[in-house]
Amino acid sequence: MATMVQAIRMALRYGEEQLGVTDIFGEDVGPPLGGVFTATQGLKTAWNSPLDERGIVGTAMGIAYGGGRPVCEIQFCDYGFNVIDLLKVAGNQRWAGAGEWDLPMVLMTPSGSGIRGSLYHSHSFESWASRLAGWKIVMPSTPLDAYGLMLSAIIDPNPVMVLLPKALLRVRGDKLIPGEPEDQDRLKQMIDAPVGDRSRWQPKWPALEEYTIPLGTAALVREGDNATVVSYGRTLPLCVQAADQLRQETGFTCDVLDLRSIFPYDWKAISASVAKTGRVLIVNEDTEVTNFGEHLLRRVIDAHFYDLLVRPRVLSGKHVPGIGLNQVYEQNTVPQLPQVKSALEKLARDPA
Amino acid sequence: MPKKNSMPVTERGVQEGVHSGEEFLAAERCRVIHRIMVRSRVMEERMIKMSKSGEGFFWIGGPGEEAFNACLGLQVKKGQGPAFDYLHLHYRNSATMVAMGMDLLDGIRQMGMTFSDPFSVGRNFPSHFSRKAWNVVPVSSVIEVQFAMAPGTALMQKRHGDGVTIVIGGDAGTAEGDFTSCLLWSSRPGNELPVLAITMNNRWGISTSHASQHSCEHSIERGKAFGILGEVVDGNDPVASWYAIERALRYCRSTRQPFMLEAMVARLYGHSSSSGAPHSGESDCITAFEERMLAANVIDQVTIDHIHEEAHAEADAAVEQAMKEPKPRPEDVERFTYAPSPVDPVYPEDFTGLP
Ligand SMILES: Cc1ncc(C[n+]2csc(CCOP(=O)(O)OP(=O)(O)O)c2C)c(N)n1
Repeated sequence: MATMVQAIRMALRYGEEQLGVTDIFGEDVGPPLGGVFTATQGLKTAWNSPLDERGIVGTAMGIAYGGGRPVCEIQFCDYGFNVIDLLKVAGNQRWAGAGEWDLPMVLMTPSGSGIRGSLYHSHSFESWASRLAGWKIVMPSTPLDAYGLMLSAIIDPNPVMVLLPKALLRVRGDKLIPGEPEDQDRLKQMIDAPVGDRSRWQPKWPALEEYTIPLGTAALVREGDNATVVSYGRTLPLCVQAADQLRQETGFTCDVLDLRSIFPYDWKAISASVAKTGRVLIVNEDTEVTNFGEHLLRRVIDAHFYDLLVRPRVLSGKHVPGIGLNQVYEQNTVPQLPQVKSALEKLARDPA
Repeated sequence: MPKKNSMPVTERGVQEGVHSGEEFLAAERCRVIHRIMVRSRVMEERMIKMSKSGEGFFWIGGPGEEAFNACLGLQVKKGQGPAFDYLHLHYRNSATMVAMGMDLLDGIRQMGMTFSDPFSVGRNFPSHFSRKAWNVVPVSSVIEVQFAMAPGTALMQKRHGDGVTIVIGGDAGTAEGDFTSCLLWSSRPGNELPVLAITMNNRWGISTSHASQHSCEHSIERGKAFGILGEVVDGNDPVASWYAIERALRYCRSTRQPFMLEAMVARLYGHSSSSGAPHSGESDCITAFEERMLAANVIDQVTIDHIHEEAHAEADAAVEQAMKEPKPRPEDVERFTYAPSPVDPVYPEDFTGLP
């Protein structure tokens, strides 16, 4: 099975072959490296840009204005903060310009912790991103979803941000991407650049097929009656594990929703599940003050105050300036399996 | 370096006209430029009045920059898509738009915040133009961001024909990193781009003098670090401006390389209505041009007066018309956020409020 980086690479290949992608660019995105996570190896429209995040986003906007279909990358979302105002501008161009100018651009960037990345390779971006009106924001947690969301991001004629959970980039999925060979070693031989001299290397692409995940649709990855868990990105598999363990140990069952789209988010799915269970835990790893999960919490309270059996809750990262390198820092800053499980257990046991 | 004093073929053999050093503009072209300058100025003066009468709020615009801006607008390769020139303007380029054919009514509509304002449906400040049919991308109040975007349109143009990306900003704004980004991205070895980067140097950023913050007198000097050629021109002089623009555009169009222009201009009514828009007393490019046209016998005073009167009548009628037109309604707040999408079942047509 493909990893998430391989899935992204295949999606971009499909994008440049079938969906009109003209430019895939960013720092170290082109040959020889093909991206610091290898997500852009072997792509024919991939090129290296100057080390200038504002230039990358601005140029992507210009390419989109000029009739191209850019996919640009900010190497780590940790370096996207000096671009916030340009991202605001990208989100408001159509609105400010009386609807004349579409801006079909994709910005992809690795987000979140989990790679022992210390201060500047561990930031989360979705709460910041959720405030960029005019954008759509997605965050897959599986390779297949990454493929389907990337194709949707490319097809959608608006600015779309694809946040890639750093911790899950090398994790294999359990579902084949349409067209992907079943043998993962064979896939590796076909599309992973060799170590060492790559000057004459050419990828052999599988016959990829179109597969899109509609924006704003969550995936119900576990079904249950006692509680609702809403998550995405790195913390999603932790929620699944916690829910599975809890089911085995106590018989409590949970709906686990993989949100997949931060904006638009799947309110229908959240609402239906909360109405059913009356208990909700929202889990992410962004810092806790003005966290995107708080917005979801507000929606839940507004719409389901009288459906709730116990207080709804958010589990997120601590409001600290960064994540320290020593794992004591990281383990105690952003949610890990024990914290997720304990939060879920408390939610389930809280007397109504 | 593009050659100076390249007299265009159309001007050859023409006797009547206005000289500037060795350069010469034929009478008819002078009259066309002059009329654009006047119409643009009168529109902006009318807008300033609107800002004081309550028909509008904030005014910002380009009185003092008309000579250069009119000459630019007349030489743009106007059209839609990468085969044509792209314009990344700032908020003082009204005369460029008027030269390209903008109705004064459209400028006034934006000032009057009507829903019929074609640039922003009453959302943005005046002089924040946007017109897809002419490759004018939306003007943003955020200083210098247009310089970050310009390499992108130029990249597409380099792949399609001979279009040039024209990007314009003020002198203080060149301190922003986006200005340097533009120079760097336009001059990557082997990937040079047809970007014409223009600084309109009025020597001020609101209240801060250029000289107090910038060790080099002209922004084009910074082009040297990137191997980008440039020229400083008297932006008050339509003859000099015409040819500087002509040379610069010809250079970018033919070599597909970047070029820089710096136009020295006046800021006739201060920064904006926030400073009360009083006349600054600086030299006025319109009166100066009229004096030269009169001296060269290419126009007479009666005609000049008539052009001004006509422009006033046009601007007054535009205000009257705009004030009758529909204003935005509360239900228009969200409109035009998203383009219709086949992969978004939540917002298939446009943004409609929270999911
Ligand atoms: C990024 C940013 N910072 C500050 C401002 C506020 N502001 C508006 S205009 C201006 C001065 C601009 O001066 P200059 O670039 O010389 O252009 P001019 O207005 O003189 O034509 C400032 C500071 C802004 N609009 N954008």
